[in-house]
Amino acid sequence: MPILSLQSVSRSFGALKVTDDVSFDLEAGEALGIIGPNGAGKSTLFNLITGNIAPDTGRVLLDGRDVTRAPPMERVKAGIGRSFQIPQPFGGLSVYENLLVAARFGGGVSAADAPDFCMDILSRTGLGAVAAKPAGGLPLLQRKRLELARAMATKPRVILLDEIAGGLTDAECVELVGTIRAIHAEGTAIIWIEHVLHALNSVVERLMVLNFGRMLMIGQPDQVMASAEVREIYLGIEA
Amino acid sequence: MTINRNLGLGLAFVALALLYALPALAPRAVVQDLFGILTLLVLAMNWNMLAGFAGLVSVGQQAFVGIGAYAMFAAIILLGLDPLVGVLIGGVAAAVFAVPMAFFAFRLNGAYFAIGTWVVADIARLGISQWKALGGGTGTSLPKGTAKEMAFVDQIKAMLDVSSAAAADALTYWLMLSLAVAMLVASYVFLRSRMGLGLQAIRDNENAARSVGVDPVRLKALVFLLCAFGTGLCGALAFIQITRVTPDAAFSVIDWTAFVIFITVIGGIGTLPGPIIGVVVFYALQRLLADYGTIYLIVLGCLGIAVMLFARRGLWGMFTDRTGIDLLPLGHRPPQGGRVTSPTRRTA
Ligand SMILES: Nc1ncnc2c1ncn2[C@@H]1O[C@H](COP(=O)(O)OP(=O)(O)OP(=O)(O)O)[C@@H](O)[C@H]1O
Ligand SMILES: [Mg+2]
Repeated sequence: MPILSLQSVSRSFGALKVTDDVSFDLEAGEALGIIGPNGAGKSTLFNLITGNIAPDTGRVLLDGRDVTRAPPMERVKAGIGRSFQIPQPFGGLSVYENLLVAARFGGGVSAADAPDFCMDILSRTGLGAVAAKPAGGLPLLQRKRLELARAMATKPRVILLDEIAGGLTDAECVELVGTIRAIHAEGTAIIWIEHVLHALNSVVERLMVLNFGRMLMIGQPDQVMASAEVREIYLGIEA
Repeated sequence: MTINRNLGLGLAFVALALLYALPALAPRAVVQDLFGILTLLVLAMNWNMLAGFAGLVSVGQQAFVGIGAYAMFAAIILLGLDPLVGVLIGGVAAAVFAVPMAFFAFRLNGAYFAIGTWVVADIARLGISQWKALGGGTGTSLPKGTAKEMAFVDQIKAMLDVSSAAAADALTYWLMLSLAVAMLVASYVFLRSRMGLGLQAIRDNENAARSVGVDPVRLKALVFLLCAFGTGLCGALAFIQITRVTPDAAFSVIDWTAFVIFITVIGGIGTLPGPIIGVVVFYALQRLLADYGTIYLIVLGCLGIAVMLFARRGLWGMFTDRTGIDLLPLGHRPPQGGRVTSPTRRTA
């Protein structure tokens, strides 16, 4: 049974159809990439999966169970962790406390285990040195790392990553890919929206292309990238 | 900083010991005066939990004071119970009333929530005015001598060697003082717990909080119920000393909510010591300006506005910002030292 299924999911904002009849299955432990031009509806798809937005029609299944109407907090506990494209830290809490909330609530980690659990994730994501700093004062790149770290702290079985590689130096990007690979190696399924294609394609096993809310294509990354349609959309974008 | 903190906590304990000893040291009028201050303090602590930590700006706290008071009167007059049992019943009645009130008010956001709670409180006042057995719109008094016949009054009378009335005052005073201490301890423990952490996350970003598994409505509803209980207890206890209840007095938005908001805002909303500082300032001002009537209210209002504009976290917030001393910090420090994954091991 797939860990996550979307069945003919659609959503409009006014006259704009942002998600148009999207269906796909994600197997446990799989890594899926999503690409598509700005405004294609990628982040909206994440919001539909996490329950931050409700679909107009269609169903979302988690482990075969219909969660289409379940609120986000229920879905996190069931194993869907997410990062936000525009970082949404708990600004008044420290970086460490940001993870603590996620671990204690979403991850169901006990009070005794939580400190080491959180510090471990912080060091894996390169945030160990700023653990005690207020999250509201972090620069953008560290905020993005915090998004990743906080999603990890919810102990997800599927982790949704929304454009976390943008703006990194080559070295930082290599390190990030290493971290994501390690998450994947632990058996966590990944859906990763990313414009930095070389980073994305070095991790994912399947690639989906969204355009105007529709799923244009889904398949092996090299085949998808070779397709004429996708090349047309991505004209000028270097793989 | 830790030395300062220990000094501060030490002073607080000495002050607390003095407060407990007060009925043995000071005349009855002082005890009664302080009882009034402690009543406002407990109400302010409850309102601070709601507005300062749970983001629930209620203007309907007088509903819980009134219902607590009337339930206590009903327990004594209609059921013949001891006033102290009546106080407990008052707290429970307020918490029970909070359930339908939450169902209504939680559908409203921000300013509408505030107005909604006010409306519900006024409906409760009108409803109680119809209760003929408790005097309807004109209210009723406790049967003569009720306070003197409370449990423990005889023992206190013997211990302090005072009149029954003074012993009853001492008892209600000690109970209110203990309620304030219990509120402070309970708030601290709650805010440092998992639920308190969730509450602080909600305050920073409700959407993100939901996405890491925090259920905002559930947590806020829990705080709302607990604070209704605390406010109900406080209201019931306050009216044992007042001995007479009317709908207008028991459901007074000025006495039980407006002053309380002022106290919390001045002292420091969203900080635990804030209400304590606020109530001291409030009392001082009341003493200073008591003879000036309306001017007193105007000064209070202006001061409140000034603090809201220039020191958003009140006097206590200003003090912690300047000195770095926080007597009751709510943060969770990252674990340190001797760990495998020490923060410096990896280059960021
Ligand atoms: N809550 C909303 N209300 C109205 N319109 C919205 C809302 N959320 C998204 N949209 C619109 O839906 C479209 C798709 O947005 P979405 O954020 O999903 O795109 P995206 O593929 O993630 O783009 P990007 O690459 O820029 O992040 C955009 O035109 C956006 O303006
Ligand atoms: Mg997006």
